[in-house]
Amino acid sequence: MTASNNDRFDSVQDDALVEIRDVVFGYGARPVLQGINLTARRGQVVAIMGSSGCGKTTLLRLIGGQVRATQGTVRVAGESLGELDAEGLYRLRRRMGMLFQFGALFTDITVFDNVAYPLREHTDLAEETIRDLVLMKLNAVGLTGAADLMPSALSGGMARRVALARAIALDPMLVMYDEPFAGLDPISLGVTGNLIRRLTDTLGLTSLVVTHDVQESLKIVDYVYFVSAGVIVAEGTAAEILASDLPYVHQFVHGEADGPVPFHYQAPAYAEDLGLRSSRA
Amino acid sequence: MLRRAIENLGSRTIDGVWRIGFAARFFVAVLLHSGTAFRRFGLTIREMYFSGVLSLIIILVSGLFVGMVLGLQGYETLQTYGSEEALGILVALSLVRELGPVVAALLFASRAGSAITAEIGLMKATEQLTAMEMMAVNPIARVIAPRFWAGVISMPFLAALFSAMGIFGGYLVGVQLIGVDEGAFWSQMQSAVDFEEDILNGIIKSVVFGVAITAIALFEGYDAPPTAEGVSGATTRTVVTSSLAVLALDFVLTAFMFRGV
Ligand SMILES: Nc1ncnc2c1ncn2[C@@H]1O[C@H](COP(=O)(O)OP(=O)(O)O)[C@@H](O)[C@H]1O
Ligand SMILES: [Mg+2]
Repeated sequence: MTASNNDRFDSVQDDALVEIRDVVFGYGARPVLQGINLTARRGQVVAIMGSSGCGKTTLLRLIGGQVRATQGTVRVAGESLGELDAEGLYRLRRRMGMLFQFGALFTDITVFDNVAYPLREHTDLAEETIRDLVLMKLNAVGLTGAADLMPSALSGGMARRVALARAIALDPMLVMYDEPFAGLDPISLGVTGNLIRRLTDTLGLTSLVVTHDVQESLKIVDYVYFVSAGVIVAEGTAAEILASDLPYVHQFVHGEADGPVPFHYQAPAYAEDLGLRSSRA
Repeated sequence: MLRRAIENLGSRTIDGVWRIGFAARFFVAVLLHSGTAFRRFGLTIREMYFSGVLSLIIILVSGLFVGMVLGLQGYETLQTYGSEEALGILVALSLVRELGPVVAALLFASRAGSAITAEIGLMKATEQLTAMEMMAVNPIARVIAPRFWAGVISMPFLAALFSAMGIFGGYLVGVQLIGVDEGAFWSQMQSAVDFEEDILNGIIKSVVFGVAITAIALFEGYDAPPTAEGVSGATTRTVVTSSLAVLALDFVLTAFMFRGV
């Protein structure tokens, strides 16, 4: 239930799709991740939870190869991201889908063309085949009717579902979702949750869901990691998390303001800010 | 106090140098990833429509008015020396050598350059470029390079059209309105304008301006902080920087091209 059950990883090495070992990363001098260990096995929906700014998106960027770990290894499908060249990275990314927090749809082309984009870029399929595939993917997210709309005509929840259709267009092995529940009404929330679970099961994907919506995600996930202050502070199955009495998990699951998570953003000492410097004259 | 000022100066200098280095690397990357822009030339043609064709109106109208003003002013001056027939030469040479490439480039910078920066900046701010990268599509090859080549190709055509409209404007005012002899207007122009000396040099100028403007516009957009202020600041910088670049380059190019004449 805590961060150190490594025996568990070793016994299931083979079906681990994403493996993160002792990863340290920071933007510039400020450390963000300080020794993360995480495994996502094939066919699972794995949630990464933590308060805003704790480095969840950064973790996805590491897995997508947008940034490189300063220490430790990130492996996806057995390939170590730190050792891949640009070409190898692109080859790997064709088998990953990423759902950005705000969809990141291409605003100058229609919904249909957005979903068709990866197919047109990476395959030589005939336009008719592409049409069938796109409509199939749109159908999977329940938005065939929106094919001819421009992205600006979509609501936030719809845009994210279109982005999901685009992310699964090339039938990836891994889909990463960055806060798929943020800003959704309760109905869309349930729809999105079920969609993630259903797509994972029917398409044989592995899903990594970054979220801070505990209630919604615990309904659909297989395994949960809690990130705080750059490390995994707790992990377990949904049932284990709900039953947990670790202070951090308790605070998070029950949304208490006071607890082990500090209220203040990491800052220089207040006195230093006021100009009362001690170390520098 | 002093120490802080020096620190500030130092960090600004370092930032500036770093940015120049980044810009140079960006430019090299655009050139290296230009294959797609030519292999899938449709991408480039699409951008030529957005930056070139949509700039046509402002270019044509401005060209016409600049030419008409040249006709009036030129006639006034030439008349005092009794050489009104040389009006055709004056209008054509001013346009083909200088005003065509330079004014068209300045208009292009404010019409198309700013639009390119805003578009790329917004694509970056809304994570469209990152999304593209995550789809294993290189945004430099797919988005940046086609826009670059579209601008470089469009610019000489726009300058030529500007000059053509200007000559027509000069003709309207000089010949039709004021009454300069039509035969003299055209024949003097024909004999005085040299293809290599004037027209080719004008084309070279406008190609150089096209490279400078689109490269600056694309870089500013690509480098813009991903916020509303960041993008609007970058758009302004594109217009200011690329206009100054056009004028400075024009001086340098003119000095090389026409020093012996
Ligand atoms: N591109 C960046 N440059 C510098 N700092 C960044 C950048 N992106 C994120 N950060 C910082 O890293 C920390 C983690 O960010 P992020 O991974 O986006 O958090 P989360 O997604 O968990 O809210 C934040 O404190 C943020 O300010
Ligand atoms: Mg985030």
